[in-house]
Amino acid sequence: MSFLAIKGLSARLRDTSFPILRDVFLSVEAGEVHGLVGESGAGKSMIGKALLGILPTSIEITHGTIELDGVDLLRLPPAERRRRIGATAALIPQDPLTALNPSRRIGPQITDRLVDILGWARSTAEARARELLDEVHIPDPVRVMRSYPHELSGGMRQRILIASAFAAEPKLIVADEPTTALDVTVQKQILKLIAEMQARHGTALLFVTHDLGVVSKVCQSLSVLYGGMVVERTTVRDFFREPAHSYSRALLAATPKYTDPLASLTPVPETVIAAVQAEVAAHDRSQRNG
Amino acid sequence: MADGRSQIRRRVGLKLWLSGGWIAFLVMAALCAPWLAPHDPLAQDLFLGRLPPAWVQGAEPGFYLGTDSLGRDVLSRILYGARLALIVALVAGSLTCLIGATLGLMAGFLRGWVDVVISRAIDIWMAFPPVLFSILLIAVMGPGLTSIILAIVVIDWTRFARVVRAEAMAQGAMDYVASAQVAGRRRISTMFTEILPNVLPTIVVLLTLEMGIAVIVEAILSFVNLSISTDDPTWGGMIAEGRTSIHQAWWVLVFPLVTLFLTVLSFSQLGEGLKDRFDPVLR
Repeated sequence: MSFLAIKGLSARLRDTSFPILRDVFLSVEAGEVHGLVGESGAGKSMIGKALLGILPTSIEITHGTIELDGVDLLRLPPAERRRRIGATAALIPQDPLTALNPSRRIGPQITDRLVDILGWARSTAEARARELLDEVHIPDPVRVMRSYPHELSGGMRQRILIASAFAAEPKLIVADEPTTALDVTVQKQILKLIAEMQARHGTALLFVTHDLGVVSKVCQSLSVLYGGMVVERTTVRDFFREPAHSYSRALLAATPKYTDPLASLTPVPETVIAAVQAEVAAHDRSQRNG
Repeated sequence: MADGRSQIRRRVGLKLWLSGGWIAFLVMAALCAPWLAPHDPLAQDLFLGRLPPAWVQGAEPGFYLGTDSLGRDVLSRILYGARLALIVALVAGSLTCLIGATLGLMAGFLRGWVDVVISRAIDIWMAFPPVLFSILLIAVMGPGLTSIILAIVVIDWTRFARVVRAEAMAQGAMDYVASAQVAGRRRISTMFTEILPNVLPTIVVLLTLEMGIAVIVEAILSFVNLSISTDDPTWGGMIAEGRTSIHQAWWVLVFPLVTLFLTVLSFSQLGEGLKDRFDPVLR
């Protein structure tokens, strides 16, 4: 029994019925790091958002189940779902510059969840926050907790967000392109930090990214998405050795090589795109007829 | 922190002090009008009609800003007029702000059918010509302080609702809102603890602007004789009276007009200054 099991999840735009997710199957074991890769607009962030219950109001889930620790989230009443997600899952957001409330101090932003959802005493929560900030290598946690977000650098803020995500010891964390908005030099540190924290806490991680290099470093398994459809699910080892799907192969070939940075990029060939689009269209047809 | 932020703050300081000072002065004037005013604002004396201000030839001692055609002291009337102006600014401004900002916040953050209902209401509301609408309202309800305040609230809430809605929408798309939601915070609670503090600077600016506008609307209504009873001195009423004798006694028109102008300007500048104070980055 997987810790997270998404079965046949479909979502679409409320206004135009345009499909955003097409019959997604996805499973993450406890303590596993699973990568979600794909181009922009492939729906990789949407899976994370659907699971955390933060889909934009313009998108509706049409069918499928999201089982978190054996309970189907979509069948729970909203208050119960919110409490359950708050207690078992967390988010490391993409952009550290907008992910902390600019008009509130850092401390309460970390302890809020512990106090409000888990019912901790404020002093216990604050001690825990200090401990975690220390764990993510932030010097002088006491001063940082009294600071406003604008007083800290992007890398610092991302560290705080990581600490905050681990604060309640969630069983699953969704990391939504956590390094995309950062400076290249900071990216590596943050990536290392996430891997380190994940290993120490044994948290399952759903890692949304378009960077295959990152996937090869942190993930054990991955799903490749195109047009809101999972085209391949495999282990990282198999994926880099021999990707099964033609689109995965092309995606891998399109990744720039550090060893040969001057080589011209190989974009995903038109024929491969046409093939995978045909697959998506065939899926839509079968949905309509079935 | 030793960077340019302290410099930015010092520059807005002067504006804040000047405008705040003028408003404070007006509040004092309104509160202490009975002691400050050299004359009874309603006392008429036709022998003292149209006396020029103190520094012009032909002035009588004691009438610093001159008298109007009925011999009433202009300075005293301006001081007493500040009472009505400030009450209207404060009460109408705050009420408009409270109603408009709440609706705007709800529409912008909760979206869905709440947004549809509120947005359509705003669209329809804004199609009414405001001045005619307020005159109509007062004609129906009868002149009086309550009618003026109500007219301003009923007309101007859309100004707040529209701007706050847009701002709340922008803030709602930020990642920190998503984080709060994942952490299990309720929608309503998110709206007040996460969104509201970030929309507050905008609300403060709008509020002060609205106070200025309220003063102007009151003056307009006094001008067309739809404000409170004509006995009580109001700036708008004074301007209306001054207009008829502008060629003989310019001071009857000019002094209340300048006071009105400075007050409205101060309110808007006060908002600008306060906004910078509220801004977490410049704080």
